[in-house]
Amino acid sequence: MSDDLDDLKAALDNATPAPDRAKKAAHLAVAQENFEQLQGSARPARPISTRPNWGLWTGAKAMLNSLTSRGGLTATTALVAVGFVFLTPLGENLLTPPAPRVAGEQQELAVLEHELEARLRTESADQEEADSLSVAEAVIETPMVLDSAGAELPATPSTARPPVRKMATPRQNTTASSSESLIAPDASRLDYNTEAFANNVASPLQITSETPVSTFSVDVDTASYAIIRNSLMNGYLPDPDAVRIEEMVNYFDYAYPEPEGTAPFRPTISVTPTPWNADTQLVQIGIQGVLPAIKDRPPLNLVFLIDTSGSMDQPNKLPLLKQSFRLMLGQLRPTDQISIVTYAGSAGQVLEPTNASDRSTILSALDRLGAGGSTAGQAGLQQAYSTAQSMAEEGEVTRVILATDGDFNVGISDPNALKSFIETHRESGTYLSVLGFGRGNLDDATMQALAQNGNGQAAYIDTLAEAQKVLVDQLTGALFPIANDVKIQVEFNAAQIVEYRLIGYETRALRREDFNNDAIDAGDIGAGHSVTALYEVTPIGSPAQLSDPLRYGADVATANSDELGFLRLRYKTPGTAASQLIETPITADFQGPTGFAAAIAGFGQLLRGGDYIRGWTYADAVALANASKGADPFGYRAEAIQLMRLAASLSDQ
Amino acid sequence: MVMRMKSSDKDLALAAAGGDGTAFAALLARRYDGLFRLAFRLTGSQHEAEDLTQDICAALPSKLRAFRGDAQLTTWLYRVVVNAAHDRRRRRATHAKAASGWGEWEVNRRSADAETAAQVDWLTGAMSALSDDLRDTLALVLDDVTHRDAAAILGISEGTVSWRISEAKKNLRALRETEDQT
Repeated sequence: MSDDLDDLKAALDNATPAPDRAKKAAHLAVAQENFEQLQGSARPARPISTRPNWGLWTGAKAMLNSLTSRGGLTATTALVAVGFVFLTPLGENLLTPPAPRVAGEQQELAVLEHELEARLRTESADQEEADSLSVAEAVIETPMVLDSAGAELPATPSTARPPVRKMATPRQNTTASSSESLIAPDASRLDYNTEAFANNVASPLQITSETPVSTFSVDVDTASYAIIRNSLMNGYLPDPDAVRIEEMVNYFDYAYPEPEGTAPFRPTISVTPTPWNADTQLVQIGIQGVLPAIKDRPPLNLVFLIDTSGSMDQPNKLPLLKQSFRLMLGQLRPTDQISIVTYAGSAGQVLEPTNASDRSTILSALDRLGAGGSTAGQAGLQQAYSTAQSMAEEGEVTRVILATDGDFNVGISDPNALKSFIETHRESGTYLSVLGFGRGNLDDATMQALAQNGNGQAAYIDTLAEAQKVLVDQLTGALFPIANDVKIQVEFNAAQIVEYRLIGYETRALRREDFNNDAIDAGDIGAGHSVTALYEVTPIGSPAQLSDPLRYGADVATANSDELGFLRLRYKTPGTAASQLIETPITADFQGPTGFAAAIAGFGQLLRGGDYIRGWTYADAVALANASKGADPFGYRAEAIQLMRLAASLSDQ
Repeated sequence: MVMRMKSSDKDLALAAAGGDGTAFAALLARRYDGLFRLAFRLTGSQHEAEDLTQDICAALPSKLRAFRGDAQLTTWLYRVVVNAAHDRRRRRATHAKAASGWGEWEVNRRSADAETAAQVDWLTGAMSALSDDLRDTLALVLDDVTHRDAAAILGISEGTVSWRISEAKKNLRALRETEDQT
């Protein structure tokens, strides 16, 4: 060892302080507590090296625990996706217990699970790459069973089978797991905050001749964008799982043409060059919802279900909620009614249904709201819904708005019961929206699942400006659905497009056959909302083609060869059970400059660490966003550009 | 309890992994100071090191379940610390600021202890001049971890450890030369 090193060693030894005794005692106590809690959870240890920290969960813990231990899970696949994210901190590829149980082919699965478990048991704590590859391998092998059992899945709303989707990208999975295992062979990532995000692996590239049809549910949520903004503003890059690109893209208004005639919305399609790849094109599908005259809107019945647990007592939570609420109150009509129910901490109905004209009563009830106390575990949700039902009258719109920082102990902890409870009331016309506040305990995954089941919107409120956007500017859209169960299906023409990739919508994918099945739930569009979906497509003959053509492949059809594809859109008008269909071909006629949506989609992929945009940087995103900013009357786009620049400096690009 | 004191780390760890709370307490009490020391060396700040150690303590019970006894417990624990430190850094996403703890710490230290100021200056300069990788590797090796174990902890090859140490030495030498000139 050189002198320098010896000197350094001596200096380090000198400099290293002894641990603070009080801190040490506290840390040991925390460790012991978590240890006891872990034992208490009485879950048999599964020797999966990347097991999450069961003991640390709060909030949705009970919900998700029962998700993993319950056989014959019939929750939505959205919840399965949630389970996936939770169970695999790497966000990838480990076959989790709930997935096979969904399939329900007990015998076959028992064998499979036994095999998998045996395999995983051999995994040593200090496994090397080879070991983790074998895990990936195990995962790749399993979907055959999942797939064959897939037909027995109960009719599941919203998102499609995440396990099967994962299998479509073995290449990505394998690389991800092996490279990750180099860094963290045994120790899973520390989950010391209890935030949970709903996400799935990025939609893989599809080869048109094999999978010509892409189906997904619309998503008008914007929570992901606000969470990303909050992270960046606080000097952190967001957790990649928090990035849902479609929610970022849908945060912005793209001034699509208004619908004409009686249709509730109108699709607009444009084809532009892809900013991050000169040899592919972006197909942008915009759907603009009709905005009925505000004065004609029906009266609103709003029940606020407010989390008053101790953790809400922070400036960016309950106080922000109160301010937001005041903003919204100014937008309501005298005929609208409001009620407030609290759960966790102070309990019960704190405001009887009151006409919005009685501002002083409402505001004083609001002021009395205080956070504190422990979770009472009372039936907040049931009470909110029964209040909502008592307020509902013919021709009115009734909605429960849940405001929380992640404590979903709303009175029903069983996920199936919770889901069916919300669904039942959805049928009866009471919708549910979820507003998230604060960070640290935010359970984005459960928020998404609840709002999706309740036909509502999940939004994350981090600033008063966001409250203004969600609760005031979009009051009509957020609160008045104009179309239910809106599904989009795009069939690409293999004679024109050799490969395509849907950007975002991972948690919203649907099966091809679900498109025409009206029993399958999907996202809703509110008054004046617009929804944007982006596909990156590779034209025939482009050097960007990633897959090699088949040597023995059949000739592809060449009918309608000038069309890139065909767009089908299904929706139900509120209150009806049968869906209606809108169809339009996608042609290269609608061409224009690359727009702001592409800049945002690129930004989202950079934050997620996308595989398909190598070489493109935040600086490119900033340049493109600036070039396509347009009028930007509310400054939302300027703010996004600021976020891109923040992300650039945080990521050392 | 007497028996416990004589138990090897590995036995304690395996017992703890099996649900023995007393074994867990004994093990952590025995190993805490070492964890903290490494945490300090990785972060360069007492405050950061305390936070990091707390994270590790909180997550250790669940992590311990994955301990199979194939590796030395010390090696395994160090890997937990290094991964936690990496994770923290990644969350912060501030490579530039990763070393700033050393600066902060230096300021406090200087006011507290003027006598060793010169040496501290040099230490701070030396540590913060290194890249994250080099500093992590050096922190381990200077904590009397063998190159082989350091390789296992960092998930890199032994050759890479040796290379990094020689890089670090080069950096230190360059630093020394500039100092001598001034």
